[in-house]
Amino acid sequence: MDFPPLAWQGLVVLVVFGVSLLIATYSTYAERVIAAFLQDRVGPDRAGPFGLLQPLADAVKLFTKEEFFPAGANRALFVFGPCLAMVTALMSSAVIPFGNVLQFGETAIHLQGIEINVGMLYVFGMVSLGVYGIMIGGWASNNKFSLLGAIRAASQNISYEIAMGLALIAVLMMSGTLSLREITFQQVSDAPFVWQDIFNWNVMKQPLGFIIFIVCAFAETNRTPFDLPECETELIGGYHTEYSSMKMGLYLFAEYINVFVASAVMSVLYFGGFNFPFQAELRNWLVSSQGLELVTAQNIITILGLVGLFAKIFSFIFFFMWVRWTLPRFRYDQLMRLGWTILIPLAIFNIMLTGGLITFGVIK
Amino acid sequence: MESLSKRAKVLTKKPMTLAERAYLPAIFQGLSITMQHFFRAATKKQVTIRYPEETRPFSPVFRGLHVLKRDEAGRERCTACGLCAVACPAEAITMVAGERKKGEENLYREEKYAVSYEINMLRCIFCGLCEEACPKAAVYLQADKMAPPRFERDEFIYGKDRLVEPVTPDNRSKRGIQLTPEQADKLRSQLA
Repeated sequence: MDFPPLAWQGLVVLVVFGVSLLIATYSTYAERVIAAFLQDRVGPDRAGPFGLLQPLADAVKLFTKEEFFPAGANRALFVFGPCLAMVTALMSSAVIPFGNVLQFGETAIHLQGIEINVGMLYVFGMVSLGVYGIMIGGWASNNKFSLLGAIRAASQNISYEIAMGLALIAVLMMSGTLSLREITFQQVSDAPFVWQDIFNWNVMKQPLGFIIFIVCAFAETNRTPFDLPECETELIGGYHTEYSSMKMGLYLFAEYINVFVASAVMSVLYFGGFNFPFQAELRNWLVSSQGLELVTAQNIITILGLVGLFAKIFSFIFFFMWVRWTLPRFRYDQLMRLGWTILIPLAIFNIMLTGGLITFGVIK
Repeated sequence: MESLSKRAKVLTKKPMTLAERAYLPAIFQGLSITMQHFFRAATKKQVTIRYPEETRPFSPVFRGLHVLKRDEAGRERCTACGLCAVACPAEAITMVAGERKKGEENLYREEKYAVSYEINMLRCIFCGLCEEACPKAAVYLQADKMAPPRFERDEFIYGKDRLVEPVTPDNRSKRGIQLTPEQADKLRSQLA
Protein backbone atom coordinates (compact mmCIF):
# COMPACT_ATOMS: atom_id res chain seq x y z
CA MET A 1 0.00 0.00 0.00
CA ASP A 2 1.75 3.10 -1.20
CA PHE A 3 -0.40 6.14 -0.77
CA PRO A 4 0.85 9.41 -2.21
CA PRO A 5 0.62 12.27 0.33
CA LEU A 6 -1.89 14.12 -1.83
CA ALA A 7 -4.27 11.15 -1.67
CA TRP A 8 -4.26 11.33 2.13
CA GLN A 9 -4.99 15.04 1.92
CA GLY A 10 -7.84 14.34 -0.53
CA LEU A 11 -9.22 11.81 1.93
CA VAL A 12 -9.06 14.39 4.72
CA VAL A 13 -10.91 16.88 2.51
CA LEU A 14 -13.60 14.28 1.84
CA VAL A 15 -13.93 13.55 5.55
CA VAL A 16 -14.19 17.27 6.37
CA PHE A 17 -16.89 17.59 3.69
CA GLY A 18 -18.81 14.63 5.08
CA VAL A 19 -18.47 15.77 8.67
CA SER A 20 -19.68 19.28 7.78
CA LEU A 21 -22.77 17.80 6.13
CA LEU A 22 -23.38 15.42 9.02
CA ILE A 23 -23.09 18.19 11.59
CA ALA A 24 -25.43 20.40 9.54
CA THR A 25 -27.93 17.53 9.34
CA TYR A 26 -27.90 16.92 13.03
CA SER A 27 -27.91 20.65 13.78
CA THR A 28 -31.49 20.71 12.49
CA TYR A 29 -32.35 17.98 14.98
CA ALA A 30 -30.38 19.63 17.79
CA GLU A 31 -32.03 22.95 17.09
CA ARG A 32 -35.48 21.42 17.50
CA VAL A 33 -34.63 19.47 20.64
CA ILE A 34 -32.86 22.41 22.28
CA ALA A 35 -35.73 24.72 21.38
CA ALA A 36 -38.12 22.22 22.91
CA PHE A 37 -36.10 21.84 26.09
CA LEU A 38 -35.73 25.59 26.52
CA GLN A 39 -39.51 25.84 26.27
CA ASP A 40 -40.25 22.88 28.62
CA ARG A 41 -41.33 20.69 25.72
CA VAL A 42 -40.19 17.31 24.40
CA GLY A 43 -39.20 17.92 20.79
CA PRO A 44 -39.07 15.34 18.00
CA ASP A 45 -39.01 11.87 19.56
CA ARG A 46 -41.00 9.75 17.09
CA ALA A 47 -38.52 8.74 14.37
CA GLY A 48 -36.14 6.20 15.83
CA PRO A 49 -34.74 6.25 19.39
CA PHE A 50 -35.05 9.82 20.77
CA GLY A 51 -36.12 10.90 17.28
CA LEU A 52 -32.56 10.48 16.00
CA LEU A 53 -33.78 9.51 12.53
CA GLN A 54 -35.73 12.76 12.20
CA PRO A 55 -33.14 14.45 9.91
CA LEU A 56 -33.40 11.44 7.58
CA ALA A 57 -37.17 11.78 7.42
CA ASP A 58 -36.80 15.52 6.79
CA ALA A 59 -34.35 14.87 3.96
CA VAL A 60 -36.72 12.38 2.32
CA LYS A 61 -39.53 14.90 2.67
CA LEU A 62 -37.47 17.73 1.15
CA PHE A 63 -36.31 15.59 -1.78
CA THR A 64 -39.82 14.43 -2.66
CA LYS A 65 -41.48 17.86 -2.49
CA GLU A 66 -42.54 19.64 -5.66
CA GLU A 67 -39.91 21.71 -7.46
CA PHE A 68 -41.57 25.08 -7.78
CA PHE A 69 -40.54 27.97 -10.04
CA PRO A 70 -42.43 31.24 -9.50
CA ALA A 71 -43.78 33.07 -12.55
CA GLY A 72 -41.33 35.61 -13.93
CA ALA A 73 -38.41 34.13 -12.04
CA ASN A 74 -35.02 33.91 -13.67
CA ARG A 75 -34.78 30.12 -13.75
CA ALA A 76 -31.02 29.84 -14.10
CA LEU A 77 -30.24 32.25 -11.26
CA PHE A 78 -33.06 30.78 -9.18
CA VAL A 79 -31.24 27.44 -9.21
CA PHE A 80 -27.78 29.04 -8.98
CA GLY A 81 -28.55 30.95 -5.76
CA PRO A 82 -28.91 28.02 -3.33
CA CYS A 83 -26.05 26.16 -5.05
CA LEU A 84 -23.74 29.12 -4.50
CA ALA A 85 -24.83 29.47 -0.87
CA MET A 86 -24.14 25.78 -0.25
CA VAL A 87 -20.82 25.67 -2.12
CA THR A 88 -19.34 28.70 -0.38
CA ALA A 89 -20.50 27.43 3.01
CA LEU A 90 -18.83 24.06 2.41
CA MET A 91 -15.65 25.57 1.00
CA SER A 92 -14.93 27.71 4.02
CA SER A 93 -14.36 24.70 6.29
CA ALA A 94 -11.43 23.55 4.14
CA VAL A 95 -8.74 25.61 5.90
CA ILE A 96 -9.84 24.94 9.48
CA PRO A 97 -7.11 23.01 11.33
CA PHE A 98 -9.14 20.30 13.00
CA GLY A 99 -6.11 18.64 14.53
CA ASN A 100 -2.36 18.35 14.62
CA VAL A 101 -0.38 15.86 12.54
CA LEU A 102 -0.98 12.11 12.76
CA GLN A 103 2.28 10.24 12.14
CA PHE A 104 2.12 6.65 10.84
CA GLY A 105 5.63 5.58 9.95
CA GLU A 106 6.57 7.60 6.93
CA THR A 107 3.14 9.11 6.23
CA ALA A 108 2.12 12.25 8.06
CA ILE A 109 -1.56 13.15 7.88
CA HIS A 110 -2.42 16.78 8.54
CA LEU A 111 -5.91 16.92 10.00
CA GLN A 112 -6.75 19.94 7.90
CA GLY A 113 -8.20 20.19 4.40
CA ILE A 114 -5.59 22.53 2.97
CA GLU A 115 -2.92 24.49 4.78
CA ILE A 116 -2.51 27.96 3.29
CA ASN A 117 -0.73 30.83 4.95
CA VAL A 118 -3.66 33.24 4.37
CA GLY A 119 -6.26 30.89 5.87
CA MET A 120 -8.11 33.59 7.76
CA LEU A 121 -8.45 35.77 4.64
CA TYR A 122 -9.73 32.74 2.75
CA VAL A 123 -12.45 32.11 5.34
CA PHE A 124 -13.45 35.76 5.22
CA GLY A 125 -13.56 35.73 1.43
CA MET A 126 -15.76 32.63 1.37
CA VAL A 127 -18.12 34.02 4.02
CA SER A 128 -18.45 37.24 2.01
CA LEU A 129 -19.17 35.26 -1.15
CA GLY A 130 -21.94 33.41 0.73
CA VAL A 131 -24.09 36.51 0.74
CA TYR A 132 -24.16 36.37 -3.07
CA GLY A 133 -26.11 33.12 -2.84
CA ILE A 134 -28.74 34.88 -0.75
CA MET A 135 -28.69 37.98 -2.98
CA ILE A 136 -29.04 36.05 -6.22
CA GLY A 137 -31.75 33.77 -4.82
CA GLY A 138 -33.74 36.67 -3.42
CA TRP A 139 -33.46 38.69 -6.61
CA ALA A 140 -34.23 35.80 -8.98
CA SER A 141 -37.45 34.94 -7.11
CA ASN A 142 -39.26 37.95 -8.59
CA ASN A 143 -40.91 38.60 -5.23
CA LYS A 144 -40.71 41.81 -3.24
CA PHE A 145 -40.40 40.02 0.10
CA SER A 146 -37.51 37.95 -1.20
CA LEU A 147 -35.83 41.04 -2.59
CA LEU A 148 -36.25 42.88 0.72
CA GLY A 149 -34.75 39.92 2.57
CA ALA A 150 -31.86 39.75 0.14
CA ILE A 151 -31.13 43.48 0.45
CA ARG A 152 -31.24 43.22 4.21
CA ALA A 153 -28.86 40.26 4.13
CA ALA A 154 -26.42 42.14 1.92
CA SER A 155 -26.37 45.37 3.91
CA GLN A 156 -26.23 43.50 7.23
CA ASN A 157 -23.34 41.31 6.14
CA ILE A 158 -21.36 44.25 4.77
CA SER A 159 -21.91 46.27 7.95
CA TYR A 160 -20.90 43.52 10.32
CA GLU A 161 -17.99 42.28 8.25
CA ILE A 162 -16.24 45.57 8.98
CA ALA A 163 -16.52 45.19 12.74
CA MET A 164 -15.61 41.52 12.47
CA GLY A 165 -12.52 42.29 10.43
CA LEU A 166 -11.47 45.03 12.85
CA ALA A 167 -11.89 42.64 15.79
CA LEU A 168 -9.78 40.15 13.94
CA ILE A 169 -7.02 42.68 13.24
CA ALA A 170 -6.36 42.86 16.99
CA VAL A 171 -5.75 39.10 17.02
CA LEU A 172 -3.54 39.34 13.95
CA MET A 173 -1.50 42.10 15.58
CA MET A 174 -0.62 39.66 18.33
CA SER A 175 -0.11 36.61 16.16
CA GLY A 176 1.60 38.22 13.19
CA THR A 177 0.26 35.54 10.85
CA LEU A 178 -2.95 34.78 8.96
CA SER A 179 -2.42 31.02 9.03
CA LEU A 180 -4.98 29.37 11.30
CA ARG A 181 -2.56 26.56 12.12
CA GLU A 182 0.10 29.05 13.21
CA ILE A 183 -2.43 30.96 15.33
CA THR A 184 -3.37 27.66 16.99
CA PHE A 185 0.24 26.80 17.79
CA GLN A 186 0.83 30.24 19.25
CA GLN A 187 -1.85 29.59 21.85
CA VAL A 188 0.30 26.97 23.58
CA SER A 189 2.57 28.33 26.25
CA ASP A 190 5.14 27.11 28.75
CA ALA A 191 4.21 29.57 31.46
CA PRO A 192 4.89 28.09 34.89
CA PHE A 193 1.44 27.94 36.43
CA VAL A 194 -1.31 25.37 36.40
CA TRP A 195 -3.91 26.76 34.03
CA GLN A 196 -1.25 27.97 31.64
CA ASP A 197 -2.87 26.60 28.54
CA ILE A 198 -6.24 28.21 29.11
CA PHE A 199 -4.66 31.51 30.09
CA ASN A 200 -2.77 31.56 26.86
CA TRP A 201 -5.90 31.30 24.75
CA ASN A 202 -6.61 34.43 22.79
CA VAL A 203 -9.95 34.95 24.52
CA MET A 204 -8.01 35.81 27.67
CA LYS A 205 -6.01 38.47 25.86
CA GLN A 206 -8.81 39.72 23.64
CA PRO A 207 -12.08 39.55 25.64
CA LEU A 208 -13.54 42.65 24.00
CA GLY A 209 -12.46 41.49 20.57
CA PHE A 210 -14.07 38.13 21.20
CA ILE A 211 -17.40 39.70 22.18
CA ILE A 212 -17.35 41.86 19.05
CA PHE A 213 -16.41 38.83 16.96
CA ILE A 214 -19.17 36.60 18.31
CA VAL A 215 -21.82 39.30 17.86
CA CYS A 216 -20.68 39.76 14.26
CA ALA A 217 -20.62 35.99 13.77
CA PHE A 218 -24.30 35.91 14.75
CA ALA A 219 -25.01 38.61 12.18
CA GLU A 220 -22.90 36.97 9.47
CA THR A 221 -24.68 33.64 9.80
CA ASN A 222 -28.11 35.34 9.82
CA ARG A 223 -29.02 33.85 13.18
CA THR A 224 -31.35 35.36 15.77
CA PRO A 225 -31.20 38.11 17.07
CA PHE A 226 -29.92 39.21 13.64
CA ASP A 227 -32.09 37.01 11.42
CA LEU A 228 -33.61 39.94 9.60
CA PRO A 229 -33.06 38.44 6.12
CA GLU A 230 -35.42 35.59 7.04
CA CYS A 231 -37.67 37.35 9.49
CA GLU A 232 -40.77 35.19 9.10
CA THR A 233 -43.09 37.64 10.85
CA GLU A 234 -42.32 40.56 8.53
CA LEU A 235 -41.01 39.06 5.32
CA ILE A 236 -42.81 35.67 5.31
CA GLY A 237 -39.50 33.86 4.80
CA GLY A 238 -37.24 36.54 3.41
CA TYR A 239 -34.97 35.45 0.61
CA HIS A 240 -36.25 31.85 0.59
CA THR A 241 -39.97 32.72 0.45
CA GLU A 242 -40.37 31.28 -3.06
CA TYR A 243 -38.13 28.27 -2.55
CA SER A 244 -39.39 24.73 -2.13
CA SER A 245 -38.01 21.21 -2.06
CA MET A 246 -34.26 20.65 -1.80
CA LYS A 247 -33.40 24.17 -3.04
CA MET A 248 -34.98 25.39 0.18
CA GLY A 249 -33.13 22.61 1.99
CA LEU A 250 -29.81 23.83 0.58
CA TYR A 251 -30.41 27.31 1.99
CA LEU A 252 -31.25 25.90 5.42
CA PHE A 253 -28.25 23.57 5.24
CA ALA A 254 -25.95 26.41 4.21
CA GLU A 255 -27.04 28.34 7.28
CA TYR A 256 -26.19 25.45 9.60
CA ILE A 257 -22.86 24.84 7.89
CA ASN A 258 -22.10 28.53 8.30
CA VAL A 259 -22.89 28.19 12.00
CA PHE A 260 -20.54 25.22 12.19
CA VAL A 261 -17.77 27.11 10.37
CA ALA A 262 -18.26 30.22 12.51
CA SER A 263 -18.05 28.04 15.64
CA ALA A 264 -14.90 26.37 14.33
CA VAL A 265 -13.27 29.71 13.48
CA MET A 266 -14.08 31.10 16.92
CA SER A 267 -12.70 27.96 18.59
CA VAL A 268 -9.50 28.22 16.59
CA LEU A 269 -8.98 31.97 16.88
CA TYR A 270 -9.98 32.53 20.47
CA PHE A 271 -10.23 29.20 22.27
CA GLY A 272 -6.97 27.55 21.43
CA GLY A 273 -8.08 25.35 18.53
CA PHE A 274 -7.02 21.76 19.08
CA ASN A 275 -5.00 22.62 22.18
CA PHE A 276 -6.37 21.49 25.50
CA PRO A 277 -5.17 21.98 29.08
CA PHE A 278 -2.36 19.74 30.36
CA GLN A 279 -1.54 18.31 26.94
CA ALA A 280 2.22 18.63 27.46
CA GLU A 281 1.99 17.01 30.90
CA LEU A 282 -0.18 14.23 29.50
CA ARG A 283 2.31 13.57 26.68
CA ASN A 284 5.25 13.49 29.10
CA TRP A 285 3.34 11.16 31.39
CA LEU A 286 2.49 8.83 28.48
CA VAL A 287 6.14 8.69 27.44
CA SER A 288 7.77 8.46 30.85
CA SER A 289 5.47 6.30 32.96
CA GLN A 290 3.51 4.37 30.29
CA GLY A 291 6.55 3.63 28.16
CA LEU A 292 5.00 4.73 24.87
CA GLU A 293 7.06 6.04 22.00
CA LEU A 294 6.99 9.78 21.46
CA VAL A 295 5.24 9.40 18.09
CA THR A 296 2.45 7.27 19.55
CA ALA A 297 2.01 9.63 22.47
CA GLN A 298 1.83 12.57 20.08
CA ASN A 299 -0.79 10.72 17.99
CA ILE A 300 -2.91 10.15 21.10
CA ILE A 301 -2.60 13.85 21.97
CA THR A 302 -3.61 14.74 18.39
CA ILE A 303 -6.74 12.61 18.55
CA LEU A 304 -7.66 14.01 21.96
CA GLY A 305 -7.11 17.50 20.54
CA LEU A 306 -9.46 16.69 17.65
CA VAL A 307 -12.11 15.59 20.15
CA GLY A 308 -11.44 18.72 22.21
CA LEU A 309 -11.85 21.02 19.21
CA PHE A 310 -15.14 19.37 18.33
CA ALA A 311 -16.29 19.75 21.93
CA LYS A 312 -15.54 23.49 21.66
CA ILE A 313 -17.34 23.68 18.30
CA PHE A 314 -20.40 21.89 19.66
CA SER A 315 -20.54 24.20 22.69
CA PHE A 316 -20.51 27.16 20.32
CA ILE A 317 -23.26 25.62 18.17
CA PHE A 318 -25.24 25.05 21.35
CA PHE A 319 -24.64 28.68 22.30
CA PHE A 320 -25.92 29.81 18.90
CA MET A 321 -29.14 27.84 19.45
CA TRP A 322 -29.43 28.87 23.07
CA VAL A 323 -29.30 32.55 22.07
CA ARG A 324 -31.77 31.96 19.25
CA TRP A 325 -34.44 30.73 21.64
CA THR A 326 -33.73 33.44 24.21
CA LEU A 327 -33.48 36.76 22.43
CA PRO A 328 -36.04 38.46 20.21
CA ARG A 329 -35.08 39.93 16.84
CA PHE A 330 -33.58 43.40 16.52
CA ARG A 331 -35.39 46.13 14.66
CA TYR A 332 -33.60 47.06 11.46
CA ASP A 333 -32.50 50.53 12.57
CA GLN A 334 -31.30 49.08 15.89
CA LEU A 335 -29.27 46.54 13.98
CA MET A 336 -27.61 49.19 11.84
CA ARG A 337 -26.99 51.46 14.82
CA LEU A 338 -25.40 48.63 16.78
CA GLY A 339 -23.17 47.74 13.87
CA TRP A 340 -21.99 51.17 12.77
CA THR A 341 -22.06 53.33 15.89
CA ILE A 342 -21.18 50.82 18.61
CA LEU A 343 -19.32 47.78 17.32
CA ILE A 344 -17.03 49.52 14.82
CA PRO A 345 -15.84 52.23 17.28
CA LEU A 346 -15.41 49.55 19.94
CA ALA A 347 -13.37 47.45 17.55
CA ILE A 348 -11.17 50.41 16.65
CA PHE A 349 -10.69 51.13 20.37
CA ASN A 350 -9.76 47.48 20.84
CA ILE A 351 -7.11 47.78 18.11
CA MET A 352 -5.62 50.86 19.77
CA LEU A 353 -5.69 49.16 23.17
CA THR A 354 -3.98 46.08 21.77
CA GLY A 355 -1.41 48.22 20.00
CA GLY A 356 -0.66 50.10 23.22
CA LEU A 357 -0.37 46.91 25.25
CA ILE A 358 1.96 45.39 22.66
CA THR A 359 4.08 48.54 22.59
CA PHE A 360 4.47 48.53 26.35
CA GLY A 361 5.13 44.82 26.35
CA VAL A 362 2.16 43.73 28.48
CA ILE A 363 1.12 41.12 25.91
CA LYS A 364 2.99 39.86 22.93
CA MET B 1 -58.13 63.18 36.14
CA GLU B 2 -58.80 61.59 39.49
CA SER B 3 -58.04 57.89 39.41
CA LEU B 4 -60.87 55.46 40.10
CA SER B 5 -58.79 53.13 42.22
CA LYS B 6 -55.82 53.86 44.42
CA ARG B 7 -53.70 51.23 42.69
CA ALA B 8 -52.56 53.43 39.82
CA LYS B 9 -48.78 53.54 39.52
CA VAL B 10 -46.99 56.64 38.40
CA LEU B 11 -44.39 55.68 35.81
CA THR B 12 -41.33 57.79 35.31
CA LYS B 13 -39.08 57.27 32.33
CA LYS B 14 -35.64 57.32 33.85
CA PRO B 15 -32.55 57.44 31.64
CA MET B 16 -30.94 54.02 31.39
CA THR B 17 -27.89 53.24 33.45
CA LEU B 18 -24.65 52.21 31.80
CA ALA B 19 -25.28 48.55 32.65
CA GLU B 20 -28.67 48.73 30.99
CA ARG B 21 -27.30 50.45 27.91
CA ALA B 22 -24.46 47.94 27.60
CA TYR B 23 -27.22 45.37 27.00
CA LEU B 24 -25.01 42.40 27.81
CA PRO B 25 -26.11 41.95 31.47
CA ALA B 26 -29.72 41.73 30.34
CA ILE B 27 -28.76 39.16 27.72
CA PHE B 28 -26.99 37.01 30.30
CA GLN B 29 -29.99 37.29 32.60
CA GLY B 30 -32.23 36.04 29.80
CA LEU B 31 -29.80 33.26 28.93
CA SER B 32 -29.77 32.05 32.54
CA ILE B 33 -33.56 31.94 32.59
CA THR B 34 -33.76 29.81 29.46
CA MET B 35 -30.98 27.58 30.80
CA GLN B 36 -33.01 26.94 33.96
CA HIS B 37 -35.87 25.85 31.74
CA PHE B 38 -33.48 23.65 29.75
CA PHE B 39 -32.41 21.73 32.84
CA ARG B 40 -35.95 21.56 34.15
CA ALA B 41 -37.06 19.96 30.90
CA ALA B 42 -34.02 17.67 30.76
CA THR B 43 -34.27 16.40 34.34
CA LYS B 44 -37.86 16.64 35.51
CA LYS B 45 -40.94 15.48 33.68
CA GLN B 46 -42.07 17.71 30.84
CA VAL B 47 -45.62 18.98 30.70
CA THR B 48 -46.09 17.31 27.32
CA ILE B 49 -48.43 14.31 27.20
CA ARG B 50 -47.14 11.89 24.53
CA TYR B 51 -50.58 11.21 23.13
CA PRO B 52 -50.87 7.68 21.76
CA GLU B 53 -48.92 6.21 24.68
CA GLU B 54 -50.25 8.55 27.37
CA THR B 55 -53.71 10.00 27.51
CA ARG B 56 -54.98 12.93 29.48
CA PRO B 57 -57.48 11.69 32.10
CA PHE B 58 -61.11 12.42 31.21
CA SER B 59 -63.45 14.14 33.63
CA PRO B 60 -65.96 11.67 35.12
CA VAL B 61 -68.80 13.77 33.68
CA PHE B 62 -67.29 13.81 30.19
CA ARG B 63 -69.87 13.00 27.49
CA GLY B 64 -68.26 10.82 24.86
CA LEU B 65 -69.30 7.92 22.67
CA HIS B 66 -72.78 6.47 23.23
CA VAL B 67 -73.48 3.00 24.57
CA LEU B 68 -76.67 0.93 24.52
CA LYS B 69 -76.89 -0.88 27.85
CA ARG B 70 -77.90 -4.45 28.60
CA ASP B 71 -79.66 -5.59 31.78
CA GLU B 72 -78.54 -8.09 34.40
CA ALA B 73 -79.58 -11.06 32.19
CA GLY B 74 -77.75 -9.73 29.13
CA ARG B 75 -80.91 -8.47 27.38
CA GLU B 76 -81.03 -5.18 25.50
CA ARG B 77 -82.74 -2.48 27.55
CA CYS B 78 -83.87 -0.33 24.63
CA THR B 79 -87.54 -0.56 23.79
CA ALA B 80 -87.42 1.73 20.76
CA CYS B 81 -89.82 4.26 22.24
CA GLY B 82 -88.14 7.05 20.22
CA LEU B 83 -87.95 9.55 23.10
CA CYS B 84 -84.20 9.93 22.59
CA ALA B 85 -84.71 10.71 18.92
CA VAL B 86 -87.37 13.28 19.82
CA ALA B 87 -85.14 14.84 22.49
CA CYS B 88 -82.16 15.00 20.19
CA PRO B 89 -81.60 18.65 19.15
CA ALA B 90 -79.29 17.64 16.33
CA GLU B 91 -81.60 14.92 14.95
CA ALA B 92 -78.77 12.44 14.99
CA ILE B 93 -80.72 9.38 16.14
CA THR B 94 -82.85 7.17 13.91
CA MET B 95 -84.38 3.84 14.82
CA VAL B 96 -86.71 1.14 13.49
CA ALA B 97 -88.92 -0.58 16.05
CA GLY B 98 -89.89 -4.24 15.90
CA GLU B 99 -92.01 -6.68 17.95
CA ARG B 100 -90.29 -9.31 20.02
CA LYS B 101 -91.05 -12.83 18.76
CA LYS B 102 -91.53 -15.91 20.90
CA GLY B 103 -88.19 -17.34 21.92
CA GLU B 104 -86.44 -13.98 21.86
CA GLU B 105 -87.15 -13.20 25.53
CA ASN B 106 -83.49 -13.79 26.39
CA LEU B 107 -82.42 -11.14 23.83
CA TYR B 108 -84.74 -8.20 24.50
CA ARG B 109 -86.04 -6.98 27.83
CA GLU B 110 -89.32 -5.47 26.60
CA GLU B 111 -91.90 -6.71 24.12
CA LYS B 112 -90.84 -4.04 21.64
CA TYR B 113 -87.22 -3.56 20.62
CA ALA B 114 -85.03 -1.61 18.21
CA VAL B 115 -84.42 -3.59 15.02
CA SER B 116 -81.96 -0.91 13.98
CA TYR B 117 -80.63 1.98 16.05
CA GLU B 118 -78.30 4.45 14.37
CA ILE B 119 -76.54 7.55 15.66
CA ASN B 120 -74.80 9.85 13.21
CA MET B 121 -71.69 10.96 15.08
CA LEU B 122 -71.13 13.85 12.67
CA ARG B 123 -74.52 15.31 13.59
CA CYS B 124 -74.38 14.50 17.30
CA ILE B 125 -73.39 17.41 19.53
CA PHE B 126 -72.87 15.17 22.60
CA CYS B 127 -75.30 17.18 24.73
CA GLY B 128 -76.56 14.15 26.63
CA LEU B 129 -80.28 14.93 26.22
CA CYS B 130 -80.90 11.37 24.90
CA GLU B 131 -79.45 10.05 28.14
CA GLU B 132 -81.84 12.23 30.14
CA ALA B 133 -84.85 11.37 27.97
CA CYS B 134 -84.45 7.58 28.12
CA PRO B 135 -87.09 5.99 30.43
CA LYS B 136 -85.41 2.56 30.33
CA ALA B 137 -81.88 3.67 31.30
CA ALA B 138 -80.70 2.23 28.00
CA VAL B 139 -78.59 4.92 26.34
CA TYR B 140 -75.59 6.58 27.98
CA LEU B 141 -72.70 8.73 26.89
CA GLN B 142 -69.45 7.13 28.06
CA ALA B 143 -66.85 9.18 29.92
CA ASP B 144 -63.83 7.24 28.68
CA LYS B 145 -64.44 6.80 24.94
CA MET B 146 -64.67 9.20 22.05
CA ALA B 147 -65.83 8.83 18.45
CA PRO B 148 -62.48 8.49 16.67
CA PRO B 149 -61.70 10.31 13.40
CA ARG B 150 -62.32 8.32 10.21
CA PHE B 151 -61.79 8.76 6.51
CA GLU B 152 -65.34 8.08 5.20
CA ARG B 153 -68.52 9.87 6.14
CA ASP B 154 -70.66 6.72 6.30
CA GLU B 155 -68.29 5.25 8.86
CA PHE B 156 -69.55 7.84 11.31
CA ILE B 157 -73.06 6.35 11.32
CA TYR B 158 -72.86 4.02 14.28
CA GLY B 159 -75.30 1.07 14.19
CA LYS B 160 -76.23 -1.40 16.87
CA ASP B 161 -73.12 -3.45 16.08
CA ARG B 162 -70.95 -0.69 17.50
CA LEU B 163 -73.30 0.80 20.10
CA VAL B 164 -74.63 -2.16 22.11
CA GLU B 165 -72.31 -3.12 24.94
CA PRO B 166 -70.94 -6.69 25.17
CA VAL B 167 -72.84 -9.35 27.14
CA THR B 168 -69.86 -10.44 29.22
CA PRO B 169 -69.93 -8.64 32.57
CA ASP B 170 -66.27 -7.67 32.52
CA ASN B 171 -66.40 -5.80 29.20
CA ARG B 172 -69.43 -3.71 30.01
CA SER B 173 -69.45 0.07 30.04
CA LYS B 174 -68.78 1.85 33.31
CA ARG B 175 -71.71 4.20 32.77
CA GLY B 176 -75.36 3.52 33.67
CA ILE B 177 -76.78 0.82 35.93
CA GLN B 178 -74.03 -1.60 36.94
CA LEU B 179 -74.32 -5.31 37.72
CA THR B 180 -74.01 -6.38 41.34
CA PRO B 181 -71.29 -9.02 41.97
CA GLU B 182 -73.96 -11.74 42.39
CA GLN B 183 -75.63 -10.81 39.12
CA ALA B 184 -72.27 -10.80 37.37
CA ASP B 185 -71.43 -14.26 38.73
CA LYS B 186 -74.81 -15.59 37.68
CA LEU B 187 -74.40 -14.19 34.17
CA ARG B 188 -70.92 -15.61 33.91
CA SER B 189 -72.14 -19.07 34.83
CA GLN B 190 -74.97 -18.78 32.25
CA LEU B 191 -72.54 -17.80 29.53
CA ALA B 192 -70.10 -20.57 30.34
